[in-house]
Amino acid sequence: MALDTSNKREFKVVGTRVQRPDGIDKVTGKAMYGADVTAPGMLIGRILRSPHAHARIVSLDTSAAEALKGVKAVVTTADLSTPEDDYFADIRDNCLAREKVLYDGHAVAAVAATNKHVAKEALKLIKVEYEILSHVTDVDEAMKADAPIVQEGRADESVHEGWSQNVTSHFEFGHGDLEAGFAKADKIVERTFKTAATHQGYIEPHACLASLGTDGRGELWCCTQGQFLVRTKCAEILGIEASQLRVTASEIGGGFGGKTTVFIEPVALALSRKAGRPVKLVMSREEVFRASGPTVSSSIDVKIGMTKDGRITAGQAKLRYQGGAFPNGTVEFGSQAAFAAYDLEAVQTLGWNVMTNRPKEISYRAPGAPMAIYAVESVVDELCQELSLDPLETRLKNAARKGTLSSYGPTFNDIGLVATLEAAKTHPHYSAPLGKNQGRGLSCGFWFNFGGNTCVSLNLNSDGTVGVVEGNPDIGGSRASISMMAAEELGIPYEKVRTVITDTNSLGYNDVTDGSRVTFAVGLATIEAARAAIKIMCSRVAKIWGIDEEAVVWEDGCAKPSGPNAGEFPPMTIAEIAAIADNTGGPIAGHHEVNADGAGVSFGVHIVDTEVDPETGATKILRYTVFQDAGKAVHPDYVEGQMQGGAVQGIGWALNEEYIYGEDGRLQNPGFLDYRIPVASDLPPIDTVILEIPNPGHPYGVRGVGETSIVPPLAAISNAVSRATGVRMTELPMSPPKLLKAMSER
Amino acid sequence: MKNFHVSTTINGDDAEFICTPDETLLDVLRNRLGLTGAKEGCGTGDCGACSVTLNGRLVCSCLVLGAEAEGAEIETIEGMADGDDLHPLQRVFIDKAALQCGVCTPGILVAARSLLEKNPEPTDEEIRYWLAGNLCRCTGYDKIIKAVQIAAAEMRSV
Amino acid sequence: MRYVKAENLETAAALLNGEPGISRILAGGTDVLVQLRSEAVEPDLIVDMKYLDGMRDITPEDGGFRVGAAVSGAELGEHKEVCALWPGVVEGFELIGSTQVQSRATMAGNLCNGSPAADSVPGMIAANATARIFGPEGFRNCPVADIPVSPGKTSLAKGEFITSILLPARPARASDAYLRFIPRTEMDIAVSSAAVSLELDGDGTCTAARVVIGAVAPTVLLVQDAGAALEGTKLDDAAIAKMVQAVEAACSPIDDKRGTVEFRTKTAGVLAKRAALIAYERAGGKK
Repeated sequence: MALDTSNKREFKVVGTRVQRPDGIDKVTGKAMYGADVTAPGMLIGRILRSPHAHARIVSLDTSAAEALKGVKAVVTTADLSTPEDDYFADIRDNCLAREKVLYDGHAVAAVAATNKHVAKEALKLIKVEYEILSHVTDVDEAMKADAPIVQEGRADESVHEGWSQNVTSHFEFGHGDLEAGFAKADKIVERTFKTAATHQGYIEPHACLASLGTDGRGELWCCTQGQFLVRTKCAEILGIEASQLRVTASEIGGGFGGKTTVFIEPVALALSRKAGRPVKLVMSREEVFRASGPTVSSSIDVKIGMTKDGRITAGQAKLRYQGGAFPNGTVEFGSQAAFAAYDLEAVQTLGWNVMTNRPKEISYRAPGAPMAIYAVESVVDELCQELSLDPLETRLKNAARKGTLSSYGPTFNDIGLVATLEAAKTHPHYSAPLGKNQGRGLSCGFWFNFGGNTCVSLNLNSDGTVGVVEGNPDIGGSRASISMMAAEELGIPYEKVRTVITDTNSLGYNDVTDGSRVTFAVGLATIEAARAAIKIMCSRVAKIWGIDEEAVVWEDGCAKPSGPNAGEFPPMTIAEIAAIADNTGGPIAGHHEVNADGAGVSFGVHIVDTEVDPETGATKILRYTVFQDAGKAVHPDYVEGQMQGGAVQGIGWALNEEYIYGEDGRLQNPGFLDYRIPVASDLPPIDTVILEIPNPGHPYGVRGVGETSIVPPLAAISNAVSRATGVRMTELPMSPPKLLKAMSER
Repeated sequence: MKNFHVSTTINGDDAEFICTPDETLLDVLRNRLGLTGAKEGCGTGDCGACSVTLNGRLVCSCLVLGAEAEGAEIETIEGMADGDDLHPLQRVFIDKAALQCGVCTPGILVAARSLLEKNPEPTDEEIRYWLAGNLCRCTGYDKIIKAVQIAAAEMRSV
Repeated sequence: MRYVKAENLETAAALLNGEPGISRILAGGTDVLVQLRSEAVEPDLIVDMKYLDGMRDITPEDGGFRVGAAVSGAELGEHKEVCALWPGVVEGFELIGSTQVQSRATMAGNLCNGSPAADSVPGMIAANATARIFGPEGFRNCPVADIPVSPGKTSLAKGEFITSILLPARPARASDAYLRFIPRTEMDIAVSSAAVSLELDGDGTCTAARVVIGAVAPTVLLVQDAGAALEGTKLDDAAIAKMVQAVEAACSPIDDKRGTVEFRTKTAGVLAKRAALIAYERAGGKK
């Protein structure tokens, strides 16, 4: 559905800062999250997890646990189904280990008991005999020929002979003659970077309440970014029919991609089926860190050539991502995103996905892009330093724009990178003075954005108010944005619309809340559903007036006669139409189902000032400004919120956040004490500048805004640190011990 | 484990519950009393999502035993609004979009109220340090700090 | 697990002494409840001490202050006289955890947890504080410095517990300071730390100095040589350099997830230097 350019639209609701509909529930403690519900006869579930990074399960004896008073069910992988598809089998084997445990924290068995004390005692009674196997957690180590093999025979056809079996897929993108490009360069910089695995760090641990009968009929309440995907996966893993499992998404306490799969939900359902009672299963924070889905760690080589006047002649990146103990495809996104901000004659990216003895990776905000772009933006910055070029001017000189053949294949349509860079250039932040030990860095960021399967119903109530039914959990205020777009299209006040997120039996399939797709795709479907309802309303009014349907137009929430009939009848309001719908043909509703494309890529630029303590290596963020193209900011507050939140997650990634594994392959920091996400006192205000370069693929010009903002901070901060200290860091996080050591070796 | 019978005051009302000796105040609020506004984000005092006040002091309810509540005065998020009349902090948090997912919000509101009772005119830095034990992963804290300032100014003017 | 509110000192000591299994003392609970939650420890007995007489009192004593073992960080921080007399002790105590933790955490608990990274302990040792201990044999006094033995272990005997800590009197021109290094600005365990307590004479010459470092050895460490390096000086650069050298020489840290040997050693010296200069200025020294 294309941008509505017929007459430049003046928005009445879109672009304002209305109150979100779930606000009162969330400030009063009434909102119901994953762990906030109970059911009659409910049991408490608990999962036994592997203490080993890699081991064969020689024997598993649950009899003593089953015999314990108060234990109502014990399940292992034997209680799950056998999906044909590897994709589902992997998820099943991640939920409960089969034959081998593949990482510290891998689930082995689970119990359901009358209370948490019994559940805890029952776990102690489960006897597991392990044969410990050698393990590997580092991506480069895992690629070596003699590395311990995490799983045999999992490489797909893209992987050439000779690689370790831990390499499961390979990707290649680019165009042009690299050799010729590098030959034209005055300066070539080649560097290797490493980034640690990080976790989404949502504050709400995974939680669910499951009820499943032996007849395969079930109810599942859980915190998820996508109830439909949960249903599909659970049905496959439990061997039940999708129609019989109704999944309801709770309010969700953060996700950032981490709640786009299942970890405990199939286990809770299996326990419930066996016990014949509802089972509540809630992860502890330690379980979240050990056994949910952090993002990849990476090892990346980047080589870029530049002329003296700052034109990039060629760029190459080799990206190696480990995604835990199962195959995954995140390196594909990284390989595509690495050079997306540049208009290049010669570019190549090569990516390898690698298995290690770590938890199975799942999406984290712009999955795969932050580390790839960090590596590229660091090398671009180093070239600017070497050639004494302004880093912003240099990016402008090489910036991708409309018509650019992107590094990953498509030719860009209207994109906002140049506008964003120009805004950064003229912003007072870019020219503000700096003090001693201070440095300013910047970086571009990019994310593809996504559309996908979307289904919306819009129901007109008899009092003229409107209910929108959609299927995407609201993770950052999307119910407000969707209601705003419905109100805008219908020409009625925002307050007259209520949007609810429904369960899997009440609406067609919707893809998960990911890829920054909701405001774009659900918004688009909502606008179309509103148009469908308008069409029906106009036809009803035409009938009443006795004129042609085409002679009725919709303006400002009213049907009006037009053309030769203009002024002949007084306009009919939506409330008047609704009130007599019984007599004009019955209930009025609009629907729209679409697999949306045209999401429109998103670019951002971040500027950051840092100060580094020369005696301790501590980095302080002094000032931070985010510039990002939002297409059209439907609710500017929540657009800013996405820009700020992503920036701060990136700040954490750059400075302190990391998965730390010991020699024994065990995670050493499975808690918020030592997995150090930024706290309020670590940060300055995060200033934002929203650019609005309309996305041609959306009627209001909307682009996704949720993910791009996590991409630039990594390089922006590294570049700022480099300018503050004279040290180029090539490893993230730039924790104080690493930075102090690098400074002392300067 | 022997159960305890505990009599306490929650949001001004008498409350009684039984709990095992190892149950935390958070467990009791959520599982015994149906007050699920306080959240368990970590269970170890690192995230602040379970913040309540105990005898006027801000605490993590996950770091208090239920048995310790005997005779105490406890205030939770459920007692912050006066019926439909929201506390200025609650209202401004909605007005200024100081929440996204909202799961940290009850803890942050309870903590912010506790700050403003002690210090009606805090600097940004004082707010940031006071709230350092309340993790928020969505907002980057910016709008939270601004909302607390706006609410504080409003509360000073009445 | 049993939870008992102690009625008096004697029954508390008898309960603890008579418990054959694992027992824990509860005051603020900010360590004990974390241990319970992680299931690292499953105590058979928890004795809640905070309701005992005097446990929550701060009382002047011989020019100093006796701080009850259940006095929280928030309560001590609100006590203006203690803050004025021992600002370094108070700031160390107040750095433990969040605002929420401050409402509950106690110095005695921080001390008895036995962590070499405990934030309140370097300040107390620099202050030459004394713990009053009650046990099956009655009361005894013990320098705080003699309580930690190794990570997680104290010199307290079975049935013994701390009832109060005495922060002693000090001369007019004297002060102290505590600094720690953490990767964030709050909520972390010290990677290294230093407390410095100084006494000055009329012209600003240091007459007595105690330099204590944390998180760089199996226990919090009083570095005699470092203090000696400052005594008789006005904390000139040479004296500071000598003090830093002594601190670095005393460090025997470990490499772990929070920091490296090299980093801990280097920053302990940096923090001792900075803390010494703050204490000097607080004591009225002019540089």
